[in-house]
Amino acid sequence: MEKGRTRVDLFEYQARDLFAKHGVPVLAGEVINTPEAAREVAERLGGRAVVKAQVKVGGRGKAGGVKLASDPADAVEKANQILGMDIKGHTVHKVMLAQTADIKEEYYVSLLLDRTNRTFLAMASVEGGVEIEVVAEQNPDALAKIPVDAIEGVTPEKAAEIVAAAKFPAEIADQVADVLQQLWTVFINEDALLVEVNPLVKTGDGKIIALDGKVTLDANAEFRQPEHAALEDKAAANPLEAAAKAKGLNYVKLDGEVGIIGNGAGLVMSTLDVVAYAGENHGNVKPANFLDIGGGASAEVMANGLEIILGDPDVKSVFVNVFGGITACDAVANGIVQALELLKSKGEDVSKPLVVRLDGNNAELGRKILTDANHPLVQQVDTMDGAAERAAELAAK
Amino acid sequence: MAIFLTKESKVIVQGMTGSEGQKHTRRMLASGTNIVGGVNPRKAGTTVDFDGNEVPVFGSVKEAVEATGADVTVIFVPEKFTKSAVIEAIDAEIPLAVVITEGIAVHDSANFWAYAGQKGNKTRIIGPNCPGLITPGQSNAGIIPADITKPGRIGLVSKSGTLTYQMMYELRDIGFSSCVGIGGDPVIGTTHIDALAAFEADPDTDLIVMIGEIGGDAEERAADFIKANVTKPVVGYVAGFTAPEGKTMGHAGAIVSGSSGTAQAKKEALEAAGVKVGKTPTETAGLARAALAG
Repeated sequence: MEKGRTRVDLFEYQARDLFAKHGVPVLAGEVINTPEAAREVAERLGGRAVVKAQVKVGGRGKAGGVKLASDPADAVEKANQILGMDIKGHTVHKVMLAQTADIKEEYYVSLLLDRTNRTFLAMASVEGGVEIEVVAEQNPDALAKIPVDAIEGVTPEKAAEIVAAAKFPAEIADQVADVLQQLWTVFINEDALLVEVNPLVKTGDGKIIALDGKVTLDANAEFRQPEHAALEDKAAANPLEAAAKAKGLNYVKLDGEVGIIGNGAGLVMSTLDVVAYAGENHGNVKPANFLDIGGGASAEVMANGLEIILGDPDVKSVFVNVFGGITACDAVANGIVQALELLKSKGEDVSKPLVVRLDGNNAELGRKILTDANHPLVQQVDTMDGAAERAAELAAK
Repeated sequence: MAIFLTKESKVIVQGMTGSEGQKHTRRMLASGTNIVGGVNPRKAGTTVDFDGNEVPVFGSVKEAVEATGADVTVIFVPEKFTKSAVIEAIDAEIPLAVVITEGIAVHDSANFWAYAGQKGNKTRIIGPNCPGLITPGQSNAGIIPADITKPGRIGLVSKSGTLTYQMMYELRDIGFSSCVGIGGDPVIGTTHIDALAAFEADPDTDLIVMIGEIGGDAEERAADFIKANVTKPVVGYVAGFTAPEGKTMGHAGAIVSGSSGTAQAKKEALEAAGVKVGKTPTETAGLARAALAG
């Protein structure tokens, strides 16, 4: 949520496709969303197949989301069992059928942003196949962490350094080094923030294969990655979030009762906190959403924001918290007045109370506009803490 | 004195001829900033009129620096071109580059940060995705509104733009030596620690207010720095206690930072370093008042 939608987590099958595109060795696999489709795919894969739930959460194996199918008919049966399953709150809408592999060893490799050191980092371990944070905690020496210069990248020398640091066996060292360089091409060419392979496996015939992967993309790079928009999981978005996104709003649905509109990610996060504290005295009401209207809040943006928030059945009151920096408060006030008229003229139900706090650029003018408009639903409170208190009180009624 | 920016600073604007650049150049001039030029290779040799103030346009940062002695650049160019704009500033060895542009790809910011290091870090970078910095009554480099506070003896460093403004306004009766918006992106140039060190050394700063938010471990590292190096009182605020767990980079990201990145973890780290942390911006301002009176 920090600064809106900046990261796009991919499904395993999407990561597999990106790996394949950049030459990372993967097994054949196809994604389906009906049990019947499993038969044909399993036939193409040679009969036997692994049926894997596509969910963006760990621990799907333990939850029964990965099953071995012995033949095409069994693949249909297994896909039927997994599709629709709930794994830690995530409904399975798709499964991937993948070739089976004769696994001898399981390793771990990843490339990611090291925010602390403002550079990239490679991590590798010969203890893969388990959750890597367990390895990091219980056996930290088994997880090698090697900085990767953002300009130089994973050169053959750097790949060899990572392989040596993680103590990969000599007979596969060259293959793993190649995979690391291929993963770097995924990382850099796809503007990824994380590329992780767990497990990276050695098969019975000595081959190295990326069996399962996780990729997180940087949404800020979409200007040079036009294909990435299609990888976003639109089905998973909450309907209110989807509607907000269609209007270009930076909105996240939460589970409280006080609708929030503010300008600037930091101030809006702070507003959520202040409302939650105030709610402790008023029936434990909580913020219903995060909505950052950013700079230049036009009447239209305000109307769009209010329409989304008033359309949320959970919302009992609304808190509009604006500090005018570049944004002029008179424009915000006009936006609120016009938005309420606009929504009423569209036949929307406008009956929830609005608490408004305006400070900063042209605040006095903005307050006067609201006072003069004298709208029965709008109340003004001068301070952020006071306004939060009032909004919480109204939501608790 | 103040930090990073004074009335002596000579400021150029990369992207001055664009609509955002023009709007904010006008505002910076109005707040007293000494703007000596703009940069646009396609409009070199022309001037832009700001209410009677003719500001020359240069073909490159290097040319602008040579002609004017500029020591600060404020960057407003669109996100696609920001990496090359910052690299141009680094190549010109200008001492301070303030990157206002938001929505920059992390690979681009990691890249220009690595480049600055290769070139010996001769250019201090502030941002990207930040409101810039202001030394009230002297100079304003960025988009911070100049009229919401006055000169004084509080130093402010913040990850968030609007919370910077809120705090400047809350404490407008006391005033600020300098206010620095460092931005909340995953890769930023100047950090909380850099600003804390500068405020500690600044004879015109008596107290430091630092504002953080969820994500990363910058506040935790700042807490360690304060414990070891800062003798002036520090008051803190952290936003994001009730924010739902953000999609950070899975588990691998947490292993790297060694911190959960939550607001609670940051608050605890700061308090352990002797920093008084407010629950709301207003309470934080109250703590700053009390510390100054104390």
